[in-house]
Amino acid sequence: MAEERKRRKLIPNRTPIPEQDPIKRGSNFKEVSLGYTTEQALEEAERCIRCAKPQCVKGCPVGVQIGDFIGLVQEKDFQGAINKIKETNILPAVCGRVCPQEDQCEKLCVVGKKFEPVAIGRLERFVADWERDHGQKTKPKVAKSTGKTVAIVGSGPAGVTAASDLAQLGHKVTVFEALHEPGGVLLYGIPEFRLPKAIVAEEIAGLTDLGVDIQTNAVVGKLMTVDELMEDFDAVFIGSGAGLPNFMGIDGENLNGVYSANEFLTRTNLMKAYDFPKFDTPITVGDRVAVVGGGNVAMDSVRTALRLGAEEAIIVYRRSDAELPARAEEVHHAHEETIRFELLTSPTKIIGEDGWVKAIECIRMELGEPDDSGRRRPVPIKGSEFQIPVNVVVMSIGTGANPLVPQSTKNLDLNKWGYIVADEETGRTSREGIYAGGDIVTGSATVILAMGAGRKAAGDIHRYLLGEPEPEVETAAEVKNQP
Amino acid sequence: MKSDLTKILETKLIREPDVFYFKLDSPAIARKAKPGQFVIIRLNEQGERIPLSLADINPDEGTISLIVMAVGKTTAEFVELKTGDDISDVCGPLGQPTHIEKLGKVIVSGGGFGVAPLFPIARAFKAAGNEVVCVMGARSSDLLIYEDEMQTVCDRVLVTTDDGSKGTKGVVTVALEEELKKGDTDLVICVGPAIMMKFVAFTTKNYNVKTMVSLNPIMVDGSGMCGACRVSVGGETKFACTDGPEFDGHQVDWDLLMSRQKMYLSEEKESFEAWKARHAHMLETS
Repeated sequence: MAEERKRRKLIPNRTPIPEQDPIKRGSNFKEVSLGYTTEQALEEAERCIRCAKPQCVKGCPVGVQIGDFIGLVQEKDFQGAINKIKETNILPAVCGRVCPQEDQCEKLCVVGKKFEPVAIGRLERFVADWERDHGQKTKPKVAKSTGKTVAIVGSGPAGVTAASDLAQLGHKVTVFEALHEPGGVLLYGIPEFRLPKAIVAEEIAGLTDLGVDIQTNAVVGKLMTVDELMEDFDAVFIGSGAGLPNFMGIDGENLNGVYSANEFLTRTNLMKAYDFPKFDTPITVGDRVAVVGGGNVAMDSVRTALRLGAEEAIIVYRRSDAELPARAEEVHHAHEETIRFELLTSPTKIIGEDGWVKAIECIRMELGEPDDSGRRRPVPIKGSEFQIPVNVVVMSIGTGANPLVPQSTKNLDLNKWGYIVADEETGRTSREGIYAGGDIVTGSATVILAMGAGRKAAGDIHRYLLGEPEPEVETAAEVKNQP
Repeated sequence: MKSDLTKILETKLIREPDVFYFKLDSPAIARKAKPGQFVIIRLNEQGERIPLSLADINPDEGTISLIVMAVGKTTAEFVELKTGDDISDVCGPLGQPTHIEKLGKVIVSGGGFGVAPLFPIARAFKAAGNEVVCVMGARSSDLLIYEDEMQTVCDRVLVTTDDGSKGTKGVVTVALEEELKKGDTDLVICVGPAIMMKFVAFTTKNYNVKTMVSLNPIMVDGSGMCGACRVSVGGETKFACTDGPEFDGHQVDWDLLMSRQKMYLSEEKESFEAWKARHAHMLETS
């Protein structure tokens, strides 16, 4: 069969994915991407040559058997395909939507050496959605109870993945979530138009099906400490996520109308401020909104501002187009939706009137010598200050470490920024039985990297709990793909 | 689906017409909470998250108490709840506790219904061996709350009313200043409306007495994620939810706090008016 595929002429371009009209979608919160139809999915799956030495899987932080699942799609065995993904990925509908596949699996795709790579993410999403629409959810197998207990701090991508793996291995898992609903950044951070919350809720429900107990409104570090959890549980995994938002330290940042991206997105996504006053939480909808930053969170914020009714929504970023850290797809979508980009531009102060934002003063930048990150350092051009009249400013320039868990846990090694020091391959911290992974270790990163960290830690926690030696067989958790 | 509802064990009208006392069945929070901390509540699925100071903590009983005054939609909805009703979400304890130690003489000063959170703070300072004096004020005697309760945990309770209907005529700073003049005050703790805390801090500055104030900015998550609650203290931006809520009152940028508290004034009004209209209709038809 594989031979036959090789002989067939390969279509150089990937099958386009249907999307909501860019102008229409700028005023609603419905999903931008509509997903492949069955025909489109089959057409795209045919582009996979099922190569003898697949590279794609090496790019997947959770080791999804990509070739195998696409093979099953080719055979129209969609149930088989989703089951194959779920062997290593508890959140396929989420990952199919928000993973930066272009930097991971698709970057290594053999077809991609000559043509456009196979649209692996779109196919993952297709089979995940297919399963949801066809209501044949298969329950993952749960091993016989080991009698061991694990506490997971945080129900974001790292915590959920660790919880799922450990529950399937037969451990009794309890997840502690600070907010009133589980999901972490999937819920409060990523907007509905990129990741519908119903999908998050459904994927989280998969955890409950595994027997995982989720306790909401449970702020670890306040309601109980990690040390107290260690008295009641055999191991603890900390996946408490991103922390306090960074601000630039410029004048006017505390004016009314200045938000952190975290607050702007939390009000909209978690608290549903876009549906005020039906939902109680308000948000200031600016006519003109400037979002400072160039990452995925900045793109989410600026596109959210547009959907909340801004007449003009502007990205202010100090480097150039080439350095934008956001996914190319998100930048492309933003351009399509008429987002204005002020690149090589850096804010110098926020100007207010009667306590409210009136304008943001910026200075133009040019690229100088490369800095520590290898990117060319932006240097201000003297005398190029100018003002952009806006009434809302969203600061999307990263986050620091959340202090609650680090400050309240004894003898837990932290790095100089306050993040928890944990082994990259095992998640082990300086304390025996305490593991950590995700943004609380790495600082702001991606959903899939956090999931990868949760998976690796789960593997090591399992061995720790059962007193097993390091395994020799290569499992998904052992796939080394980090630079 | 929700499994962590919090039951209301007791409600009491403590001041006509709109200030209520609530006792909640919350053993986990009661076990950990300390004076000066707060909780964030969300009444229902459509609700907003609002911070409320703890008016009492009873770890043996497994309860916490809150005083709620109906000033907007959420609080108006809250005070309609009865004994036996459930609250969707109660999250806490949040914030840093008041630093309690034996100092000598501590004045706890409050205004309006801000007196309530001073109750567990005063009790803790008293238990630590301090002389505790309460200076509380209201516009008129019928607006005073918690006077009897404060009597039980303070050495003296000084009352002021703007109209002179009880205690010293004038605002709290009048009575406070008299007490400060004695020169033996080691610490002042103040909880109340921002404007009152501002003037208390101004007053104590003249006497060079350390003053801790409990700031009440708008919050969303309350656990160090969103940054809505940022305040300026000593020229530095702080997050009231994780760094506070108590700060050195002499260092606080009061104008900024008061300006930020007004950020959603028009939305709050809109929401409250819509609720009142719906509510009036409901009462008519029931």
